[in-house]
Amino acid sequence: MMADIAMEGITKTFGKVVANKNIDLQVKYGEIHALLGENGAGKSTLVNVLSGIYIPDSGSVYIDGKETRLNSPRIAAEVGIGMIHQHFKLVENMNARENILLGNKKGLLLQKEKLNGEIVALSERFGLKINPDQKVYDMTVGEKQKLEIMKVLFRGANILILDEPTAVLTPQETENLFEIIQKMKDEGCAVIFITHKMNEVMMIADRITVLRKGETVKTLTKEETSPQELAELMVGHKVDLSIKRPKTEKGRVLLEVKDLQAVNEEGIKTLRGISFKLATREILGVAGLAGNGQKELCEALAGLYPITGGSIEYLGESLVGKSPREISSLGISMSFVPEDRLGMGLVAAMDMVDNFILKDYYKQKGMFVDRKQAREKARQAIKKLDISTPGINNSIRELSGGNIQKVLLARELNSNPSLLITAYPVRGLDINVSYKIYDLINEEKEKGVAILYVGEDLDVLLELCDRIMVLCHGEVMGILDADKAGKEELGLLMSGEKTDKLGD
Amino acid sequence: MFRLVKRSEISRKKSIVIRLLAILLAFTAAGILLLTLDLNPLEVYASMIKGAFGSAYRVREVVIKTVPLVITSLGIAIAFKMLFWNIGADGQILMGAFAASYVALNYGDLPRFLLLLLMFVAGALGGGLWALIPGFFRAQWRTNETIITLMMNYVALKWITYLQYGPWKDPQAMGFPKIPNFTANAVLPKLFGVHVGWLIMLLLIVIIHVFLNHTKKGYEIAVLGESENTALYAGMNVKNTIVSAIFLSGALCGIAGMIEASAVSNTLSVEVSGGVGYTAIITTWLGALKPLVILLVSLLFAALLQGGSFIQTAHGIPESTALLLQGMILFFVLGSEFFIRYRVILRKE
Repeated sequence: MMADIAMEGITKTFGKVVANKNIDLQVKYGEIHALLGENGAGKSTLVNVLSGIYIPDSGSVYIDGKETRLNSPRIAAEVGIGMIHQHFKLVENMNARENILLGNKKGLLLQKEKLNGEIVALSERFGLKINPDQKVYDMTVGEKQKLEIMKVLFRGANILILDEPTAVLTPQETENLFEIIQKMKDEGCAVIFITHKMNEVMMIADRITVLRKGETVKTLTKEETSPQELAELMVGHKVDLSIKRPKTEKGRVLLEVKDLQAVNEEGIKTLRGISFKLATREILGVAGLAGNGQKELCEALAGLYPITGGSIEYLGESLVGKSPREISSLGISMSFVPEDRLGMGLVAAMDMVDNFILKDYYKQKGMFVDRKQAREKARQAIKKLDISTPGINNSIRELSGGNIQKVLLARELNSNPSLLITAYPVRGLDINVSYKIYDLINEEKEKGVAILYVGEDLDVLLELCDRIMVLCHGEVMGILDADKAGKEELGLLMSGEKTDKLGD
Repeated sequence: MFRLVKRSEISRKKSIVIRLLAILLAFTAAGILLLTLDLNPLEVYASMIKGAFGSAYRVREVVIKTVPLVITSLGIAIAFKMLFWNIGADGQILMGAFAASYVALNYGDLPRFLLLLLMFVAGALGGGLWALIPGFFRAQWRTNETIITLMMNYVALKWITYLQYGPWKDPQAMGFPKIPNFTANAVLPKLFGVHVGWLIMLLLIVIIHVFLNHTKKGYEIAVLGESENTALYAGMNVKNTIVSAIFLSGALCGIAGMIEASAVSNTLSVEVSGGVGYTAIITTWLGALKPLVILLVSLLFAALLQGGSFIQTAHGIPESTALLLQGMILFFVLGSEFFIRYRVILRKE
């Protein structure tokens, strides 16, 4: 018997890249179906086909047993498909009600009372607490997401697609979201849930379809599988899911930051008195929801972001107001792997060689640039980090995300740093590369490097780092010992509850 | 219906085939136009080639037209490489010509080599400083350089007009608004029948090629053009790089202005740029910002202009038709860039 929602033989190519290759997916009403796969496995492409954004090269979609041509998002909405995108599509300076109404064709005039009634009814049914009069710019990320869900439900969707909905949420918000998803299931909706986090799948999904390199690997029920098996299906071979934390004797304090303050271009405070110490042979993790001062902190340390108060001392030498080149001329070897790899750390259109000379070309004598050494270093890096690239003279734009990150790390580690700042170094990378990067970072730690690791996955932070500093609104909420802290505690700190634990 | 798909990459061979097809199509389409005028397109095309390369004199004319196009394109290429949209080459040519003319008109009796050297430096300074104004605004306040450089073209043009009708008017021209001719010492000498501007052009091609690809400044310009954040991250002085690159860009245009004033018109006038500042934008772009390719494209462009003016007299074609031909060729070639970036897929339904 055919499932309620069935996709059969979906193929979709972009240029030379086959994003989906003959994929089958079957989902039932009243079930939570997780779509699991690494980045680039084709999850997003597949659900974009289902929501009418992409038109497949071949294959068919059946809704309630009828073949349906989803040629536009509108048609998809008419048959009850609603998608909650990872990046919210809301109008910031409108309120919740106005956002819900956007694009709706129900009547000409706004019947505020009636609409409010409908919104409240939906809220109660699904446990979505929304204030219809609240402006979007006043909402937290969690509230915005609820509004997105409400928008879709209001249009009568009963097949809901959530594209990595937990990536931006705190653990508490995630729990709340899962309750809502559970309600949807109880109400008879079909929920398709995209993720690459195994523990979430095990918590909420009924059935799981694993995709790998654009193909369906297997569909299984939660009861018959384990995180270990899922990870292996995703990657295609055996993986060890534990991250090592080599025991090292913490060395002397290398970096001391006291009461660091900064404002952005609009005059809003981005760093509000951050203080911490970082020693050699330790990894200090930085946790927090995106946009709570992590980027500014990293850039301020690297001499790229102006600070308005406080001090940064490297072995007693003040770094305040110094440019990256001035810091380097003090004999301090600081490496910085920024969050925005192609927009800041590397030049996308240039080849590996030109990217390798980015930070030290100016130290060469004379007005010309010599690339001989860099060529040699690039060749070595390809071997050492196992970078797959057509050659050292191909622009790095042609490489995959993981290989781009390897190029960046290779350059930054080549300078033998004593202080390493990494911001989201594994974001968007698949399991293999992520673990390779954890290993590299641990290797540096054992060499005696002081490491600041800004991350988003709390499980990784807890396993990899020695201590974890939690930021919220540019303030330090607490600094915890990683082997004594729990996810719950971190989550509370991330949402702004302060603790008096400030590490040492 | 059909839909468009962005190409991920394209092989060199394929892109050359597309461009050649575009030129072929352009001549076919233009041929239809000529047929409606009762002209044999093949004959017209043959005489265009004859008009451009048919005699030593015509080849020399093509080279003379190529020189300012190439030098200006080199200047524009430096700015474009940094994503600074310098539309102001025409004004920079005029101001370079103005500065060189100031030297030529006031110190016309200096020994030839010294005088020409001074004019050369003045031309570079004139164009460079003129370009520095929008460059400084951009570096300091992030103004939009496209508008400012464009507007400054008109300021330059009106300034030359003022000089021509006012303070610099030749008293011996019997009331005709014209600036006096330069002395013989202020005119660039000839080598193989063409003024030595072509030699300067070849030298500049080599220098700019080396500058862009093998110097620190050239590297900084390339990084900055890709991403200002990366340039800051690498510790570059962004303002300094913008300002010096823009000065260099304007200086090259100014040199083109000096050569035109000295060797071609022997005086300063509003026609000294001849619209080269705008045509050079196209040749720069088609030349992919690469000095050697720019030379090739500019040569073809100059031949097209020369051939186009020849067929006017040879076939009695009105000037507008010759311009139309040029326009169509341009249209197809520029249009083909679209097909190099996108693929069209026809869908059966």
